[in-house]
Amino acid sequence: MTTITSAPASASTPARPTRPAYKVTGPRVLRSEWAKLWSLRSTWIALGLGVLFLVAFGLIAAARYKSVITSGQRLDPDWADSTAVSLSLFGTGPAQLALGVLGVLVSAGEYTTGMVRSTLAAVPRRLPVLWSKSAVFGLIALVAATVSVVVTFLIASGIVSGTRAAMTISDPGVVRCLLGAGLYLGLVGVIGVALGAVLRSVAGGIAVLVGALMLVPGLISLLPSSWQDNIGPYLPSNAGQSMFALTHDATSLSPTAGLVAFVGWTVLALAGAAYRLVRTDA
Amino acid sequence: MIEAHQLTKRYGEKMAVDRLDFAVRPGTVTGFLGPNGSGKSTTMRMIIGLDAPTSGTVSVNGRRYAQHGAPLQEVGTLLEAKSVHPGRSAYNHLLAQAYTHGIPRRRVDEVIELTGLQAVATKRAGKFSLGMGQRLGIAAALLGDPATVMLDEPVNGLDPEGVLWIRNLLTGLAAEGRTVFVSSHLMSEMALVATHLIVVGRGRLLADTTVQDLVRDAGGDTVQVASADPGRLREILAGPGIEITGRAGSEELRVTGMSARAIGLRAAEHGIALFELTARTVSLEEAFMDLTRDAVEYHGTTAAGATIERAA
Repeated sequence: MTTITSAPASASTPARPTRPAYKVTGPRVLRSEWAKLWSLRSTWIALGLGVLFLVAFGLIAAARYKSVITSGQRLDPDWADSTAVSLSLFGTGPAQLALGVLGVLVSAGEYTTGMVRSTLAAVPRRLPVLWSKSAVFGLIALVAATVSVVVTFLIASGIVSGTRAAMTISDPGVVRCLLGAGLYLGLVGVIGVALGAVLRSVAGGIAVLVGALMLVPGLISLLPSSWQDNIGPYLPSNAGQSMFALTHDATSLSPTAGLVAFVGWTVLALAGAAYRLVRTDA
Repeated sequence: MIEAHQLTKRYGEKMAVDRLDFAVRPGTVTGFLGPNGSGKSTTMRMIIGLDAPTSGTVSVNGRRYAQHGAPLQEVGTLLEAKSVHPGRSAYNHLLAQAYTHGIPRRRVDEVIELTGLQAVATKRAGKFSLGMGQRLGIAAALLGDPATVMLDEPVNGLDPEGVLWIRNLLTGLAAEGRTVFVSSHLMSEMALVATHLIVVGRGRLLADTTVQDLVRDAGGDTVQVASADPGRLREILAGPGIEITGRAGSEELRVTGMSARAIGLRAAEHGIALFELTARTVSLEEAFMDLTRDAVEYHGTTAAGATIERAA
């Protein structure tokens, strides 16, 4: 222990002739959540990782494509349909993990550390906390992801210019894809926040997040094919992919339908989080 | 002012808090006393709405805690369980709490100074010692300049100087006219700060009384006298407010309401020889043990060589 000052209690505050008029308001809760987010090291690390994944994977994919083309080797069939957009969005998969996990940490981290007791003592109506956390983190993830994919595209399209994959930002669908990817990652962050609030456990939240985004599409292939065609496109990962895919076939949703479906999943997760937050003891 | 009416919390079969009725009034320090596991922490959690009562109500300054526009200004709370993110600095923790209410930075600095945390304010709270963590919790409790201060086991982990500091703080806060509600399982600690006591055991209200009354009700300040003629002694000592008990055939009497000195003088006046004159003051600790003996949930059994204890 360091210095201890035995300050007399009377130094705290004078008896209350004029009490300052404090009040909890929506914007103030937002500001508090904003300050909470940036005052933790994990935010900077996870956000940095998300940005790094988006930029590095996109640029590496573009550079590899370019080097294969220029060396005259045969392209893998998987790469044959590549465009500057699909190459620069290569990092979406790992980035969704980084941002989704950070979302889980934002909410579930409060339960595992006990911080939630302070949070709910300050905002006992509770729901403003969930809305603020979702809004603050969703917005930050959206902005970071959008800026990252736009920058990546601008560099990657330069790398692959002159190849079959070449595209410019003014080509039809490009801006929609890039914004779609940013929006998707922002919503993944919100889903992470909601899952963390539903499960109140960092490990559980991450497990469900990874399961929903990465394992369920694999499991669905076990179902009869007619089911697959009906359910598959609406799964979070597939609906999300429709938001930032340049081309769509019969088995995938249109970008708008994908957005609607993915927002639906987000709302569902938030509704579960709100229910649990209001109904269960903290 | 905190008022509980038939406040009840049940976890499955177990009644954690069982139909509690009490009021905590401003201007004094009210001790909330009970053995481990008697429902003190659960009651405090219900007061600030972290736990919902199974039945009954509890209000703060006339309203449920959550219905106040500025809850931190109504009740400042230190809970027993850790309520801080270990990765955030003390300053940022307090600042984030302050933002929700529009409390100015100046007030954050004030409570940091008041709790003596200046030197460690920018360190991560996870690195704090138990005592420093406790001071941070108290700083957070005082942040909103609350009308009611509620502290759960505040002296836990504090060194003697820290304990003294808490005592002065609590009496100072009460002197300013605030409601001060402090829990402890240590009667000796309570006796030094509290004037009013709410004693619980197994979730039930055992006593809602003052420190003096508790001692008196527990048979405190009894004087044991013995003489050759207890019948005559009884006659000369009798008077209003004086209670005398004794067994037939015994030389001994137990007198309450009269000091040993007064008894000796009265007996001398009447020429009665006393064989014994012993003042028996029950300590607060004994009074508390008497009160809660049947309500202690987790008895230590030396015979079995094991002491089982559970956090409240």
